[in-house]
Amino acid sequence: MTTILYDGTYEGWLTAVFEAYTNKLTDVLFTRQEASTAKLFEATLTVVMDETKAERVLAGLQKRLSAQGIMSLYKTYLSDIEEPERVMWQFIRHVFGNGHNVEEDYGHPAVWAVRQAARRVKREAHRMQAFVRFKLTQDQLYYAIIEPECDVLPLISAHFESRYADQRWLIYDARRKYGIYYDLETVSTVGVDFQPRGRFTSGLMAEISDEREEFYQELWRCYFKSVTIDARKNLRLQLQHMPKRYWKHLTEQIRKE
Amino acid sequence: MAKLQILADAAKYDVSCSSGQSKRANKDKGLGDSKGYGICHAFTEDGRCVSLLKILLTNHCVFDCAYCVSRKSNDVKRAAFTVEEVVDLTINFYRRNYIEGLFLSSGIFDSPDYTMERLVRIAKKLRLEQRFNGYIHLKAIPGASEELIKEAGLYADRLSVNVEMPTEQSLKLLAPDKNHQDVIRPMTYLKTEIAGHHQERKQNPKAPLFAPAGQSTQMVIGATKETDLDILGMTHQFYSQLNLKRVYYSGYVPISQDNRLPAVGTPVPIIRENRLYQADWLLRYYGFAFNELVGSEQPNLALDIDPKLGWALQHLDLFPVDINTADLELIKRIPGVGFQSAQKIVEARRFRKLQPEHLKQMGIAYNRAQYFMAFTTAFSLRKEYTPFALKQLILARQKSKYARTFSTQLSLF
Repeated sequence: MTTILYDGTYEGWLTAVFEAYTNKLTDVLFTRQEASTAKLFEATLTVVMDETKAERVLAGLQKRLSAQGIMSLYKTYLSDIEEPERVMWQFIRHVFGNGHNVEEDYGHPAVWAVRQAARRVKREAHRMQAFVRFKLTQDQLYYAIIEPECDVLPLISAHFESRYADQRWLIYDARRKYGIYYDLETVSTVGVDFQPRGRFTSGLMAEISDEREEFYQELWRCYFKSVTIDARKNLRLQLQHMPKRYWKHLTEQIRKE
Repeated sequence: MAKLQILADAAKYDVSCSSGQSKRANKDKGLGDSKGYGICHAFTEDGRCVSLLKILLTNHCVFDCAYCVSRKSNDVKRAAFTVEEVVDLTINFYRRNYIEGLFLSSGIFDSPDYTMERLVRIAKKLRLEQRFNGYIHLKAIPGASEELIKEAGLYADRLSVNVEMPTEQSLKLLAPDKNHQDVIRPMTYLKTEIAGHHQERKQNPKAPLFAPAGQSTQMVIGATKETDLDILGMTHQFYSQLNLKRVYYSGYVPISQDNRLPAVGTPVPIIRENRLYQADWLLRYYGFAFNELVGSEQPNLALDIDPKLGWALQHLDLFPVDINTADLELIKRIPGVGFQSAQKIVEARRFRKLQPEHLKQMGIAYNRAQYFMAFTTAFSLRKEYTPFALKQLILARQKSKYARTFSTQLSLF
């Protein structure tokens, strides 16, 4: 068993795959550098991200997979499954071990695991397209905070860019401590610590909010309440579609004291 | 705020909420887009999704339809939005990502044309002044002029005319001011216009869009005595002759004391509504004909099992189906195998002979499907079941969300 340390980026992992093949390693364990613990490794290989090597692996994948198949691999990397690299590695081995496209070989455990992970990420990305709630600040910035289980910002960025092309916005992932910001021209990744003192008091909120912000939030809560049909109440169904872990950032579920 | 409460409350029984099937790109940095698939932004306590701001322009109405909260004789608070108010609400909700767009309906005040003209004005203002590309669904008001309905189609993504009742007799009984023909006429007109614009856009992609998401309708079920055969027969006509995109079924929620209607307190026929939607999917995506699901001997769908299982139990001679060789169409008909799973099976079997463990891994409801499929093996031992025994077997093994409703039946064993 060889442990391969890489920088935690997707390109870094592709570089690591390149190195694994170059060194003819099959029994490998990928570890993100930041997460590496002081274990006694049998052998360790530290990989430095190299765009050319990453490109070559990607080109190899493109020969054997559809764009969707490559996307599924990337989504697996963004997922929060345990040891995504292990699944991705087994998948890659299966892909390169065959002359033909195997992405629909669902009977193979790694193919299925990648599909499942990709679906999980896709579902959460879809949910985050839905559950982002923008609030308007005085300087006309629409901002939203989310805490998804998977790292979905790279997947939803284009959706928000084309939808909200005429307003400045920021979506911040509080779990991973980075956000995407659109300045009316392009979307960029921002790593600001959005909550410098770790708290947002309601006083501060009122101070930075647009004067009409609270009014529209209240209207939305009012609308949300009015459209419920009491005779059809089904809280389980509601939870199934809108799990509670998302509620703390959903305007309509925030109860005003 | 009170206005929004009243007019959202009155609109909530309208079931259409979907926002799909329309593509409207955001050009030149306007606001919003429509992608062809909908996004449900929130889910209310009844578990239904909110994807559109669904409101009435007004709940003043000159009609007196027994099943409707806004009927003339009902003693409710009345309100009306101005054109500007609806536009402002839509834009501000949309900018905060609360909604995909607007679903605007209305009571009929003054005349159909007067009402329709207001609806059109709102859509026009949203598109032209606010450069809004989100989804807009408008009601086409029966009796409104063709010019107005045509103009509505130029700004809206979807138009709908509610048929309200599954048969003409029921409509006469409960909505004496309304006429079945008044509903069918705009539908027929829209069918022609939509098809015409569609054709035109094929030749000239810059030709204007006309209700690109097509038209839909809804009917109230359980308020009157229609059978599922009546209802699905009507649905079949809507899909086959009028090219409707969707038919919605709205289980009647008793809201008024009227001896023509089920008493207040009668439970909403949620299971029946669910079975109708399942049947509707079978019609649209599974290649079933309506008279395969209901017929004159059995005019109603079974409530305890879904219509696909019901059909399979009556056609056990067609099963088991060999999943390694059968046509996609036949695989789609196996209970427990969904539309997408069927496609996965056909893709995956190119790589290896599929066995039960592969299907289980692929997320197929194997517990149910196993009785209807065969695998290519050297020999196999199958137990023969009667339809009744098989049904009991499947019912006993499944965890239905409606199990409680049928507990009396299960306790017999």
